[in-house]
Amino acid sequence: MNNKKKDKKGISRRDFLKRIGGGTVGTAVTTRFIKPASALVFHQEGETPLQTKKTISFTLNGRPLKVEVEPSETLLDLLREKLHLTGTKRICNHGSCGACTVLIENQPIYSCLYPAFKVEGKNVLTIEGLSQGEKLHPLQQAFIEHDAFQCGFCTPGFIMAALALLRQKASPTLEEIKKGLNGNLCRCGNHLKILTAVKALASQKGGGL
Amino acid sequence: MRHRVFDLDGFQYLQEASPQQGQAQETKFEDIKFRYVGQRIPRVDASLIVTGKALYTHDYFFQNMLYAKILRSPYPAAEVIDLDFSPALALPGVKAAIKLTSGRIRYIGEPIAAVAAIDEATAEEALKLIKVDYKILPFVVSETKAMEEGAPQVLDSPNVQKLFEYTRGDIKEGEAQAEVILERTYRTAIEVHHPAETHASIAYWKDGRLTIWDSTQAVFSVRDQLARALNIPASQIRVIKKYMGGGFGSKLGLNDHTIAAALLARETGRPVKIVMTRRENAYCLGNRPSSLITIRGGAKKDGTLTFLHMKNLTGGGVGRGDRCSEPLIDIYRCPNVLVEEYSVFTNTCASRPTRAPGHVQGTFALESFMEELAAELKIDPLELRRRNYSQRNLGDTGLPYSSKGLLECYRLGAEAIGWSRRNLIPGQTKGKMRRGIGMATQIWWGAGVPGTLAEIKIYPDGSVEAICGTQDIGTGTRTYIATIIADTLGLEPKDITIRIGDTDYPWAPSSGGSQTTPSVGPAFRDAALKAVERLKTIAAKKLDCPPEKVEIQLRRFINKDNPEKAISFNEVVRELRRVTVFHGERGDLPAGYAYNSFGAHFAEVEVDIETGKIKVLKVVAAHEVGRIINRLTAESQVIGGVTQGISASLFEQRLMDDNEGRCVTTNLLDYKIITMADIPEIIPIFVDSPDPRINNLGCKGLGEPPRIPIAAAIANAVFNALGVHPRQIPMTPEVILSLLKGEAKS
Repeated sequence: MNNKKKDKKGISRRDFLKRIGGGTVGTAVTTRFIKPASALVFHQEGETPLQTKKTISFTLNGRPLKVEVEPSETLLDLLREKLHLTGTKRICNHGSCGACTVLIENQPIYSCLYPAFKVEGKNVLTIEGLSQGEKLHPLQQAFIEHDAFQCGFCTPGFIMAALALLRQKASPTLEEIKKGLNGNLCRCGNHLKILTAVKALASQKGGGL
Repeated sequence: MRHRVFDLDGFQYLQEASPQQGQAQETKFEDIKFRYVGQRIPRVDASLIVTGKALYTHDYFFQNMLYAKILRSPYPAAEVIDLDFSPALALPGVKAAIKLTSGRIRYIGEPIAAVAAIDEATAEEALKLIKVDYKILPFVVSETKAMEEGAPQVLDSPNVQKLFEYTRGDIKEGEAQAEVILERTYRTAIEVHHPAETHASIAYWKDGRLTIWDSTQAVFSVRDQLARALNIPASQIRVIKKYMGGGFGSKLGLNDHTIAAALLARETGRPVKIVMTRRENAYCLGNRPSSLITIRGGAKKDGTLTFLHMKNLTGGGVGRGDRCSEPLIDIYRCPNVLVEEYSVFTNTCASRPTRAPGHVQGTFALESFMEELAAELKIDPLELRRRNYSQRNLGDTGLPYSSKGLLECYRLGAEAIGWSRRNLIPGQTKGKMRRGIGMATQIWWGAGVPGTLAEIKIYPDGSVEAICGTQDIGTGTRTYIATIIADTLGLEPKDITIRIGDTDYPWAPSSGGSQTTPSVGPAFRDAALKAVERLKTIAAKKLDCPPEKVEIQLRRFINKDNPEKAISFNEVVRELRRVTVFHGERGDLPAGYAYNSFGAHFAEVEVDIETGKIKVLKVVAAHEVGRIINRLTAESQVIGGVTQGISASLFEQRLMDDNEGRCVTTNLLDYKIITMADIPEIIPIFVDSPDPRINNLGCKGLGEPPRIPIAAAIANAVFNALGVHPRQIPMTPEVILSLLKGEAKS
């Protein structure tokens, strides 16, 4: 199992929890049956864990980059603490809130659970790579127009998740948008405005993102 | 009165400050035409947020910065006998360690010590090396057990203490007059704020002055409390907060970790950053106290309330519980009221204010009670509330409300939800999926704080700067400041440079209690009006007319009698010849009136009686908060409050392990917060009418109101659907299923 929001069976951890928990049941009990989030990623079966520091090359927001990473370093650590690209946020550090969502090869990934060394040779897109200079991406425009944030801390994660969704499906229904963004938490409670922004853009653009 | 004002670069300006305060007369707002105020204005700083460029406290990195971590008690009650840092200090990369505890530990997570190291991992490692000798003491974390005879004593005083009492009239008399008497008990769970950005501080000393970057709702409170904690003058501390990822009341004061960062920074001479983990947020940085409220009340057959008697047992860990009686004391006309509230102390972390402290719990109880009373009386629940409507506070026995748009909220809300569609007899529908509609009333404060200061600096080149220490906690403070000034000066919001979130700027209150907009907005309006007065005098000379004949239009001044004659804003401003500061102040609240905001929420739910799952289908949130300054951000505020309220009503509760004294909901999987899947249709409605006395804009605060009545509205809708009232939040499927089982038995 990897830490993509949707695994091959199409169920995210949050969906999974929701299903076994009926969305509300026995919060403390249900999660005891789930492996700690960190165990989900670092050592997958049949894969040799990284033992020492390693220099990796990858493409970040369209630019090639070479950087030395620690065996235990997550992609989020690399982005924030080392590269100081602080647009990608840390809310739970636990794979449960989506604030650290970035796109790796166009797939939405929780970067707090993704080992940095595994981006070797891959394309990584963060919120910083979305706008072209002063020109904002249509999704960013839509978020502004519909006031789809309050404190703004979860916003980069939501925008990246929404981007992945719209790239997979140009005109999702409201239910599909809800499902696609269900792995992201917003504590200010601005979900409805986020939905409105994404829906408005989806119907107006019909893809091409 | 002359104020000496310094700007950041140390230049000094001398400026006349007006002693004008509190104009008691009513303002005739009809005369004022706004171009932007009241419209839907996108946030002026929005592009920083959506590009990830907005810098939150988490996002600052300084050269030579150290990282601190806090060692927290693993025991709920203990004495620290001995503390040995030496093994930790011997670890390479560890730079300093300090003691934080005074010796006595009263909850798991209480700070014991802190270390600073070259990175977080080293600091974490160092914590494990600190040797602590504990003497373990008996503890109690269950409120029920804490009240029992012989329970371990949490503080140095009894576990149950009187928090508040209130009486008016005589409840015995009211009981004698009552034709129907009802007694019901309601319960609310402990809720945790969990702001998106965990609490964090960075401390740095330079030339004897301490600068703190803090994730806070209250830069001035942090400064003043820190000055006392460190015993240094407040003038030697500067607290900065530019962007903050949510607070909801948990970031209103000074934190232990901020003191730790300041001390470690002083000791090492380097900047020290300390960022709380999600886990720390879950069990040691505050929560909303629980409540266990019993209301006994009576009414005549026509619904007239004759008495209300409320008892509350509220638990806030080692901190006080919340006073929850305010709504019951105020909202409805009732001559005889008795309130008795008690705090129950347990060995869990101290409570903190949580969006609408006390009102959330108190409104849940009161409004659920009103719904059950209405059913008992066979009166339409909305009609029961109308029949007990008050024009004065303290249940129609106190001061007249300066403005109260509650009846209009009732009318508009009922219309939007389709009130007539509800079950006329609660629980009358049959089948697996049962629908119901309920409502609840809201009251809150939110008049703003007199004495709030603001400055507008006008540069000779025409640029304008707005300066105030206040915080934008996600409500759009920067945007309404720009809007108000632009409207007053005849500019556009984008023309105004906003500088806020800094104790070196003029004073403003903490951003909590719905007080920022009605404090800061009027202060800037005041400053802008003073600027206008000055500019009109200059323009009058150029236009060759008296100042009162000058009218401001977009970027120009005209002579009202001769509109052909105009002079541009820039030309007039150039005549100021220097950077000129205009000071504004939020005036006093005229005495003799009560200033409150009002609202009513209407909810429609569907309950699956097989699974016990509640689905909220639609919420109508009607609010009267005086003038709406920015409709776009006001809607977000309401949608956010409602959404948080749904989350608390259905999912959220902090769970403790009674045997271990440990919190078991320590992450965002175990502590459930609402996600996209459960978001209903939410319709915000505003009764947009300026209050004639409250301030120069006629606006009240909107922060807490939308968070207050939603839980009761949902519970009442469930009651309407099932015919039995859940009487507690969160209304988890277990609660609903056992409710239905109990109903089947009886």
